[in-house]
This record gives sequence, structure tokens and C-alpha cells, in this order.
Amino acid sequence: MSATATGVYYRTYRRESALRHTKAEYFRLALMIVGLLVTPYVLDNYWLSIVNTILIAVIGAVGLNILVGFTGQISLGQGGFLAIGAFSSALLYQRADLPAPLSIACAVVITAVAGALFGLPALRIKGLYLAIATLASQEIIVFVARRWTFLRDGSSPLTVDRLSLGSFEIERQYFEWQWYWILVTCAVLAVLAARNLFRTSLGRSFMAVRDQDIAASAIGVNITRAKVTAFAVSSGFVGLAGALSAHYTETVTWEAFTLDVSILYLAMIIVGGLGTIAGSVYGAAFMVLVPVFIQEFVGALGDSIPVLLSRVPAIEQVVFGLVIILFLLFEPRGLAQIWQRMKDYIRFWPFRY
Amino acid sequence: MSNFLTQTIYGVSDGAILALAALGFVLIYKSTGVINFAQGEFLLIGAYTVYAAFVVFQLPLLLAVVLGVLFAIVLGVLIERLILRPLIGESAISVIMVTIGLAAVLKAVAQLFFGTRAVSQPALLPRTTIELAGATFPLNRILVIVIAAVVLTLFTLFFQRSRHGIAMRAVADDQQAALTLGISVRRIFAMAWALAAVSALIGGVLLGDVTEVSSRLTTFGLLVFPVVILGGLDSVPGTIVGGLVIGLSGQYVSSYWDPGLAQIAPYLLLVAILLVRPYGLFGETRIERV
Repeated sequence: MSATATGVYYRTYRRESALRHTKAEYFRLALMIVGLLVTPYVLDNYWLSIVNTILIAVIGAVGLNILVGFTGQISLGQGGFLAIGAFSSALLYQRADLPAPLSIACAVVITAVAGALFGLPALRIKGLYLAIATLASQEIIVFVARRWTFLRDGSSPLTVDRLSLGSFEIERQYFEWQWYWILVTCAVLAVLAARNLFRTSLGRSFMAVRDQDIAASAIGVNITRAKVTAFAVSSGFVGLAGALSAHYTETVTWEAFTLDVSILYLAMIIVGGLGTIAGSVYGAAFMVLVPVFIQEFVGALGDSIPVLLSRVPAIEQVVFGLVIILFLLFEPRGLAQIWQRMKDYIRFWPFRY
Repeated sequence: MSNFLTQTIYGVSDGAILALAALGFVLIYKSTGVINFAQGEFLLIGAYTVYAAFVVFQLPLLLAVVLGVLFAIVLGVLIERLILRPLIGESAISVIMVTIGLAAVLKAVAQLFFGTRAVSQPALLPRTTIELAGATFPLNRILVIVIAAVVLTLFTLFFQRSRHGIAMRAVADDQQAALTLGISVRRIFAMAWALAAVSALIGGVLLGDVTEVSSRLTTFGLLVFPVVILGGLDSVPGTIVGGLVIGLSGQYVSSYWDPGLAQIAPYLLLVAILLVRPYGLFGETRIERV
């Protein structure tokens, strides 16, 4: 329970179940909306492309957090589900000539079904065993993506035509700008959907399964249903992220969905904060920005120490690993908790708590 | 038939190395309850330390291996003390992720020093081909099997006979009971990590010698998971059986069926085992209570 919950009194049940309780929260919401509206006019194309990458990652991280952070089912299969979303949307758009929104929607459904299927082992096994089972599903999905020639254009990776719908088409010079609006809409909707999911009984049953599944079943939570739907819902989000990334990057290849990707997404939700939606957003932004800043930093140092330039991937990996370890050791509840503590500090100042 | 024998020798030697890697994994899981995703990186670090001592610093091989073992012990103890001990009692996902982070760091550090390409190392074991019953294969494969068998026997004897080994088994069985009998659980935890690093070092050196010393050793390390799931996460004899099954099936699938399929055959096997018998062939079934 965060400290901000004290000192706020509710007169009606409606008020209590509201997402926002204080004026400061409405102010922050307004600030955020303004920020999102202004962003594409302030940033140049390079930074806008990074923001777009973050937005896709946000959708994926929210999806993973629903499964890992809220339902407690450890999954190393994120990369595989991203691949399913990306390939199915690309194929439906490219080969079946479906309109883009429909192909993306189909990809979401397909990934959700696949997620439910791969989630079936979770009914029998859990914890560490489940992590290993999802590792296997990751390897198997990537293997299929690699071997099945149907998923390629001859010998080159599958290319996706520039996104178009009716007369609307993404234009070359406004590429990042137009994509920003598409992605920001999807990301905001995804975050809202996830935030509201955990105000419903289904969402609450996910959390009950996480906290203690045997006890949850004793008080009448249908564990089978909760686990399978958690896998399906989470994979749906992940499928959306995969489909959007396929259309955004315009190529789909299995190399973009390896185990490293699964680990990257897990790192996002760990760094951001397990079991918080806001945390998935912070974590996604953080993990996308870290390598960008490392490249900038090494690029600046590279003039004086040229050896560093050839070692950039290794340096990124060291920092990546250290970030995970240090967060787990010193702030296991992630950036969301740091933000919460900062808010509490200001709120209760000059008192300690 | 001769081809079959050759494949069997290759499979058994792969399996022997896997068993060494899996032994470290099982040691850590059994005594500390941690799933170590960095086991493949331990193989890598082991192979590179011996390479550094033997090739870069030109030390005699025996001294290089002894130095490597010492380094592995120090590394294992440090990792346990600095990274894993603060996380005792944390959730499974935290512990898994910390070892994944550790894996990323270890692999990247090796890359920082040695680059991504394979380093050339003179053969540690003789590579002369020998013929047996019409089959030809390099001698080093046989020697790998022999060395792994000796090391595994030594480890088994250690657990059966020595004071520390028995203490480790006691901790694995019941931590609180072991504490009341005066066993230092902390020291056992440190020892488990140190021994795991040592067995991985031996496996890594052997693997590096029969294949190549490069960052690809970690891919081999991931195969530890099918091995331990097959044998049971907490069973030492299970690692030997599991290692042999995975090593042999990999070789047979790759030579008689499809080399690409051989890469995921172990994982298909893993899923099948999890569905039929989640606790493995020799694993202990745990009953969970609220």
C-alpha cells in the first residue's frame, strides 16, 4: 500500500473505484496529454523514431506485465508471441490482401489463441518449471519461423508494403510523424484497457492466482480459467505489439524475435515495476533509451578512445545485465516505486511519513 | 553400423559434457533453490580463463587448469555472496532474472576481452583418429568421456563420503534441520556455487577443445534445461542419464533425420516430459500446501 492512500477519504463507492483521486493526478494527466500532443512537433525524425520504438515496446511490456507481474506466470516466450503477431499480420496484409486494421486485429486474435495454447502447460506446472517450459516454446516458435520457407520472400526476409488504408497512405517524408499518431493511439488504448482490466473481477482473479493460487481456488476463483485467459489476454497485447512492429519496420525476420527479445521485455517490466501498468511504460522507455544513450556516450568518447567503438555491443550487454542486477538488488519494485516514493516525499513534506 | 558407432561416441561425449554442466546446475538448485540461467556462461568463462592462462600467458597446461579452477571457485563464491544472497526469499521471477542479468554480464565481459570470433587454441587432447569396429572417430572424444566420467565419479564420492558433501546433502534435504545440527548453511550455499562453477569450467574446457572456444558455447549451455528437466531438477544421477539421452538424441536426429531439427529436438523432448512427468525421471515430487 502506498503512503498516498492515507489522507484521502471517499464519500461514495464511485469515487473510491475511480482511477484518479486527487487534483494532482488530474493535473498530471493533463500534463501528459499535452506532452503526447506536443512531442511530434518538438522532436526530429531520429528521436521520433525512438519514441515510436518505445510506444511499440510499451504495448508489449504491458502485455507481458499482465502475465508475469499480475498473474505471476513467468514467461520467457515473449519473443515467440511477438513473432506470431508480426508474421500473421504481415502475411494477412501482404498475401491475403486484408486491410491493415483487419489484419492487425486478426493477428491479435491469432496470438491470443496461440498464447492460450502455449499457456496450457501452466495448468500443470508453475514457477521455475513454467519458466523452462516457456523457454522451450520460445525456441520451438523461432525454429518454425526460421525453417518455414512460406514465411519468407524467396531467400530474403518477408517485406511488408507501406501501410495504407483506402486512399490514406503513409508518406515517405512524414513517415515517423504519421506513425507516431497511429502508435500513440494504440499505446494509450492498450494502457487504458490494461488499467481497467484490473478493476474487473477477471483482473482481480489474476492477482489472486499470483498471490496464492491454492488459496485463490479455495475462495472460488476458477484457476484454470484465470490462467488460460491471462495467457490469452497477455498474448493479445503482445500480438498487437508484434503486428505493429511488422508494419512499422516493414520487414519481418525471425532474428528479431530470439530469446534475447524475451529477456529484454522481462527486463523492462522488472526495471519498471512488476505488477504496475505505469511501471511497464517507464520500463519500456528506460530499456529502449539505455542503448541509445550508450551509443551517444561511446560515440562522444570514441574520438579519444577508439577501442570503445568496436566494443559497443558488449558494453551495451554489460550495462543491460548490470541494470537488471542492480534494480533487483536495490529497488526490486522498479521505477514505479521510485516515482511513488518521490511523490510521497513531496506530499508529506516536511514530515517523514 | 560403423556410422552408428561414430554417432554414438559423439553423442555420449556431448552428453558427458552436458552432464558436467547440468551437475553444477543441479547442485545450485538442490542446495539453494535457485534456477541458474548463467550456467552456459559459466562454461564460457571457464573455457576462456583456461585459454587466457594457457595461450595468452603461456603457462603450462596443468597450471592453467589449476588457476582456472581457483578462479572459478572465487567467481562462484563472489556471485553467491554479492548477488544471490541478498535475494534469498525473493520471488522466483526475481531470482531467475538476476541470473539472466548475470548471464548477460558474464557473456559481455568475455566479449569485451576476447571479441566475438572464436579464438584459436592448440588442441589440449590428442586429435588423432582411431578406428574401432569399422568406425573412425577422434581420440579426444573418447578422452572427453573418460575425463567426464572421472570427474562425475569424484563428485559423487564427494557427496557420499566427505563431510562437506554430506553437509550439502543435509542442507538440500532440510535447511532448518541442518542449521540446528550446526551446519553453516551460508557456507554450503557458497560452496554450491563454487562447485557449480568448477564443474562448468571442466565442461567448458572440454567442450571448447572438441568444438571451438567462442561465445557460441553459451548456446550449448541452454541445453542444460532439457537435461535437468529430463533427469529431475534435484537429482545428481539424473544429470548423467539426462545428459546422455539429450546428447545421443541430438546426434542421432542430426545424422539420420535433419540437422536443423536436432537443435530443437531437446526442447520438444522437454515439453513432452513436462506434460507427462513434470518432476523428471529421478526428481523428488513436492507437495505444495498453502
